[in-house]
Amino acid sequence: MSVSADRPIALATRGLSKAFGSLPVARDIEIDLPVGARYALIGPNGAGKTTLINLMTGMVAPNAGQILLGGEEITALGPQERVRRGLARTFQINTLFPGLNALEAVTLAVAERRAVSGQFWSRVGSHGEVIDDAYEILRKLRLGDSCYQATRELPYGRQRLLEIALALATRPKVLLLDEPAAGVPQEESGDIFEAVASLSDDLTLLFIEHDMHVVFRFASHIIVLVGGAIFTEGSPAEIAADPGVREVYLGKRKHG
Amino acid sequence: MTSKSAAITPQAYLQAQSRWHPLEIAFWLATLLPFLLFPNYLSLASQIAITALFALSLDIILGYAGIVSLGHAAFFGVGAYSAGLISKYGWGEPLTGLVAAAAIAGIVGYAVSFIISRFRHFTLIMITLGLGLLAFEAANRAHWLTGGSDGLQGMSMWPVLGLFRFDLYGYTAYTYSLVVLFVVFLGARRLLNSPFGLALRGIRENWVRMPAIGADSRAHIRKAFTIAAAIAGLAGALLAQTTENVSLESISFQRSADVLVMLVLGGAGRLYGGLVGAVIFMVARDQFSGIAPQYWYFWIGVLLVTVVMVLPNGILGGLSQIYARWRSK
Repeated sequence: MSVSADRPIALATRGLSKAFGSLPVARDIEIDLPVGARYALIGPNGAGKTTLINLMTGMVAPNAGQILLGGEEITALGPQERVRRGLARTFQINTLFPGLNALEAVTLAVAERRAVSGQFWSRVGSHGEVIDDAYEILRKLRLGDSCYQATRELPYGRQRLLEIALALATRPKVLLLDEPAAGVPQEESGDIFEAVASLSDDLTLLFIEHDMHVVFRFASHIIVLVGGAIFTEGSPAEIAADPGVREVYLGKRKHG
Repeated sequence: MTSKSAAITPQAYLQAQSRWHPLEIAFWLATLLPFLLFPNYLSLASQIAITALFALSLDIILGYAGIVSLGHAAFFGVGAYSAGLISKYGWGEPLTGLVAAAAIAGIVGYAVSFIISRFRHFTLIMITLGLGLLAFEAANRAHWLTGGSDGLQGMSMWPVLGLFRFDLYGYTAYTYSLVVLFVVFLGARRLLNSPFGLALRGIRENWVRMPAIGADSRAHIRKAFTIAAAIAGLAGALLAQTTENVSLESISFQRSADVLVMLVLGGAGRLYGGLVGAVIFMVARDQFSGIAPQYWYFWIGVLLVTVVMVLPNGILGGLSQIYARWRSK
């Protein structure tokens, strides 16, 4: 079943568990993301998908278990250290810099990666390489034309793309996308996933998405999360044919 | 490099942001006007310049990084008492005294920054308020050192650069304060246009996103807070040196609140917000207290409520909006 047994593992979790009070939100999660993977994480609302991303990126501390990035344990590291080692994420609800324009925001992220953000004696405008780097990312996501507009004035779809641009500016090895097209009209959500799919092959991707058409189109492997535990996982064809998944997830969505 | 060309490069765009605007030059030329127009008000002008410097220091943390402080006078006071004590105990040379006082305030600020950088919003308001009150009572209690409520007496300043005596008319005082303000302003302007300045704005705009782009916000905040404390200390030292005494008022809650009001009036998060706010506040105080000495805060209250309701981004924010609208026509 494993399509990529020969590939090294980019990100792995071992026995990852978390409970909020008496409510378990992650139960013994074991995931292996091979380098270059395009994995989808699906499951009904409240299954713990976003919590899992929060655990992986260090925004929530687990009660038990380990997280390994490129074979190295990162469980004890803070979020920013994980980002610096190549683990980035985007947010389901826009988590942007409303008063900065797209160019400034991405320049800031690149400046952090290149460790020049502590410099208070040089002008931002004098860092040509940082700015070129930032603009290149914006251009790739077709944000080049609107990069001088304040983020809060950007159309919503472009704000979603800026979410991804900020994460890419950290030059991640592994990118976790929390519903990248959330709130975007269905006909536009394809554009956002096209942009995601066009990212480099070396980049390891895990994305949460509710639209099953999008999931089947872009994912090479699907993990189904229910009640904080992995219900099943497999190729899109396997998941589509799985009667259990239909019952807990696909069927439920049609009613919900 | 033309800034008006249709296809402006991203780098040229960012470079243009730190370019001097003609209005800035006009502003600094206008600071020379008191010498010509109001030679009897140079002492007031000096106090305005000192207050502007203090407001500028708050702008770095509050306006740019979004770190609220209700106890910023603590650092102003530390600077003032440091400068006062250095002079009282025999070293009256102004410039070295100024630098030493700023360094002491910066060190205190650095120590406090480890607490500050861990908290946000309401918690931070309470912590800074508490620290401010603590500093005030410490100064009040240490009568043997600070003179307590009697104030610190017995300062004696030597001439600036060995040449310019502090005179009764405030000529030297204003020149001295204005030069220090201008030099520090140049430094602050540079800082706020730097990658570090951009990171501070990032913290203000979204504290949650910063770690997700690999930023160590706490380290940034510690640095900014230390710098702001040193500048506040510099302002306090200037006041001590130019008036040759230090009163408890310099470390009081009232001063912390006043500087916040000035920044909000002028426009927080704008290079000139604190400066303009200080001018308006100090001139208003001078005028209103002439009308009704007991009740002049009434009018400051009216001014504050009006500005906050009508111009949420302060007076400079309102003006720049009008300017932008006028230009787009």
